[in-house]
Amino acid sequence: MSAHADTHVHDDDHGHHHEPTFITKYIFSTDHKMISKQYLITGVFMGIIGILMSIMFRMQIAWPEEPNVLFEALLGKWAPDGVMDADIYLALVTIHGTIMVFFVLTAGLSGTFSNLLIPLQIGARDMASGFLNMVSYWLFFVSCIIMIFSLFVEAGPAAAGWTIYPPLSALPMASSGSGMGMTLWLVSMAIFIASQLIGGLNYVVTVLNLRTKGMSMTRLPLTIWAFFVTAIIGLVSFPVLLSAALLLIMDRSFGTSFFLSDIFIQGEVLHYQGGSPVLFEHLFWFLGHPEVYIVILPAMGLVSEIMAANSRKPIFGYRAMIASILAIAFLSTIVWGHHMFVSGMNPFLGSVFTFTTLLIAIPSAVKAFNWITTIWKGNIQMNTAMLFSIGFVSTFITGGLTGIILGDSALDINVHDTYFVIAHFHLVMGISALYGMFAGVYHWYPKMFGRMMNKNLGYIHFWVTAVCAYGVFFPMHFIGMAGLPRRYYTNSNFPLFDDLADVNKVITIFAIVGGIFQIVFLYNFFISIFYGKKATANPWRSTTLEWTTPVEHIHGNWPGELPVVYRWAYDYSKPGHDVDFVPQNIPLKEGEEELQH
Amino acid sequence: MNTTVVNTGTEGKTWGGGKDPLNASYGKMMMWFFIVSDALTFSGFLAAYGFSRFKFIDSWPIADEVFTHVPFMHGQDLPMIYVAFMTFILIMSSVTMVLAVDAGHHLNKQKVSIYMFLTIIGGIVFVGSQAWEWNTFIKGEYGAVQTRSGNLLQFVDAEGHRVAISDFAIAEHSTRAQHEKKNGIWFTSEGTLPAYSVNEVVKGMEANENVLVRTELLNAEGQKTVLSRAESLRQLKSNGQLVVQGANLQVNEYGKPIFADFFFFITGFHGFHVLSGIILNIIIFFNVVVGTYERRKSYEMVEKVGLYWHFVDLVWVFVFTFFYLV
Repeated sequence: MSAHADTHVHDDDHGHHHEPTFITKYIFSTDHKMISKQYLITGVFMGIIGILMSIMFRMQIAWPEEPNVLFEALLGKWAPDGVMDADIYLALVTIHGTIMVFFVLTAGLSGTFSNLLIPLQIGARDMASGFLNMVSYWLFFVSCIIMIFSLFVEAGPAAAGWTIYPPLSALPMASSGSGMGMTLWLVSMAIFIASQLIGGLNYVVTVLNLRTKGMSMTRLPLTIWAFFVTAIIGLVSFPVLLSAALLLIMDRSFGTSFFLSDIFIQGEVLHYQGGSPVLFEHLFWFLGHPEVYIVILPAMGLVSEIMAANSRKPIFGYRAMIASILAIAFLSTIVWGHHMFVSGMNPFLGSVFTFTTLLIAIPSAVKAFNWITTIWKGNIQMNTAMLFSIGFVSTFITGGLTGIILGDSALDINVHDTYFVIAHFHLVMGISALYGMFAGVYHWYPKMFGRMMNKNLGYIHFWVTAVCAYGVFFPMHFIGMAGLPRRYYTNSNFPLFDDLADVNKVITIFAIVGGIFQIVFLYNFFISIFYGKKATANPWRSTTLEWTTPVEHIHGNWPGELPVVYRWAYDYSKPGHDVDFVPQNIPLKEGEEELQH
Repeated sequence: MNTTVVNTGTEGKTWGGGKDPLNASYGKMMMWFFIVSDALTFSGFLAAYGFSRFKFIDSWPIADEVFTHVPFMHGQDLPMIYVAFMTFILIMSSVTMVLAVDAGHHLNKQKVSIYMFLTIIGGIVFVGSQAWEWNTFIKGEYGAVQTRSGNLLQFVDAEGHRVAISDFAIAEHSTRAQHEKKNGIWFTSEGTLPAYSVNEVVKGMEANENVLVRTELLNAEGQKTVLSRAESLRQLKSNGQLVVQGANLQVNEYGKPIFADFFFFITGFHGFHVLSGIILNIIIFFNVVVGTYERRKSYEMVEKVGLYWHFVDLVWVFVFTFFYLV
């Protein structure tokens, strides 16, 4: 690894690069812009699979045990005569969660936008190590392939829930999904963790070491702060999942008893003794909770940027935003116990975790109020990215409010493992992060592909998605409060829940419509790559450095010298200037004061 | 625009951009952050170990009674001697690594090569010692009987000294053959048959007046509880289920099986790190010898592997503390 060579080579050796071949340009590319597109397209592909799965299991919930042609076509032997099998229902729920949380909203979101924006917005030629960046993507790709492959093994994919609690995940004979499917799940995730580790190392050191002249930490756009802190959280929490996964593999394959104790299966006593499944829950949720911030923080960063640009106003409370990102990052590592209030943990510990959990409401509220104050009296540009950003704030607040209920152990116990929880986390991290991702794609599409996405299709996409997302998840609060448990294959055996059957049908119809209308986005996305309107250099009249690069991508980002930064990232509508935005590379005028530094 | 005239407002500031704020190249920063990440993996394991150990706080094995073996000193009770030697070697290899890095700063190729070589030797001695220790544990020494509820019965004489099962058990002729694939007998799974059956141990104990049973429970003095002769026989006869020889991932003659699980897993994971460190060191050593870094006028790669090596040593200090000392 020639550590010194590649950072400096770009400066003076520019233009002497060999003409890239198809393979080095589109496949094994070390250019961050291409890797970002690879991440995005892989993420979109995984997202399609994840959403399709959710539509299938929603159909099962709405019309339980009724034959369905879709099931027959897609599930094959898992849907004899078109009736979904209970085992595959659990597997679908498991893989849906895994794909959406890890493959779409972690790698798809961070991978795409950290790669695209970190070098462009801090004024760097590329990531610190382009080679490791490429390795990171290809490890991610391999983990995707293995996860998809696990759908096709004979006994079915993993079915222990995305949280893979033992003993279901630790005993290969425990259920049909506990065998080969579970093994492949673990292999896939181990590779995924390696990919995230390498990617995260790159993001962190790039932000620390490769900022251009004048780009101090307090002049960074909030996107970069969000990606930077997200990468650090990832470096701290994913290794603990790795610990848990390795111990689990030992239990599965080598007969250790880390998470197992006193188990009987089919009348046979197993030799395991002394372990504890609660230990697994601790290790898992030490990753699992920071993971939701790994998902949401990049979306928050993207939204902050888009809201300021499209309100033509500086972001409100820049330093408070940074402080709240840091506070969220710190708190995220000491709240994991709120996932375990009913696991048999000491109730006193529950009250401690309640306290730390409720503290997160403070930085979250700071952020929510700052976004609202940013658009307050702004000259709002209602483009698609802005709509999705506003949608983000809406779902984040809606989902966040139920978080206060679930974070309190006394209240949580009543709705634990019901659809109330599903409603909460889908709104606050699932839909919110997806909105952030959509907003980011619409906003930075011109930077990625040099063309604009169709605005009207964007409007259709947003409004249908917004209505359907609330249509799906808002009623879930009520069926959750009525006691409907999550992860049940069918509720028809419980007369208690008969009244909820119609609500479940409504939810499913919204899910189907919302799912189908994502085709509008896909169409818009793929068609615009080739036929979209050609983009100008700075279509949103934005201040950040990525818009000072040429529309056509070049290796090294800037044709001449690197830009030098003279001001913070949010000089919108600054008095004393003719235009309502001043890019970061414009020096201060005579007598001009820098707003924030 | 002329950048030399206009002021960015961050000139001279450490974090102002355009330079490495911590005076470390990106590669070195990556190594530091990798270490943070890897430290969290080990923390996960050690926290899990602590969690499990506290579950059995009243019956955890006493380290001084477990780690008593020294090569070539068979049968002698020498607690902690060998692990102290191993730890010393590993820490000395950190010292030689520091000297190699320092020699690198002075671009002294010969000294770097010598110290890197000594570091590699130290690492190999450590891993070799660990392999020997693993081997000793897997073979076992005294043997014990596991009860139906998974507790362990060990054997002592009247003075409290450990007695090996093979010294008093009375072997009977067994008609039972070890099930193996080549026998053609269908079987689900079975470990190797223990050398003795519980019955043989009972017979041997009845014949030897001064053999007593010691349970895992710690008494008020922090010692394992030794049962009376009558109670010993009763426990063995009514609860004894399996004769255990040595330690592996499923049974353990030294104490709780989960103790062996964690011991093998964590020292194994650490040993794997040492092994990767040795391999990295060998690669870098090779580069030093052929003069790659001399031509580059920078021995930074030595520093990077040095960081990793020190980290691996530091982890051992924690593993050593939690498994051997407390």
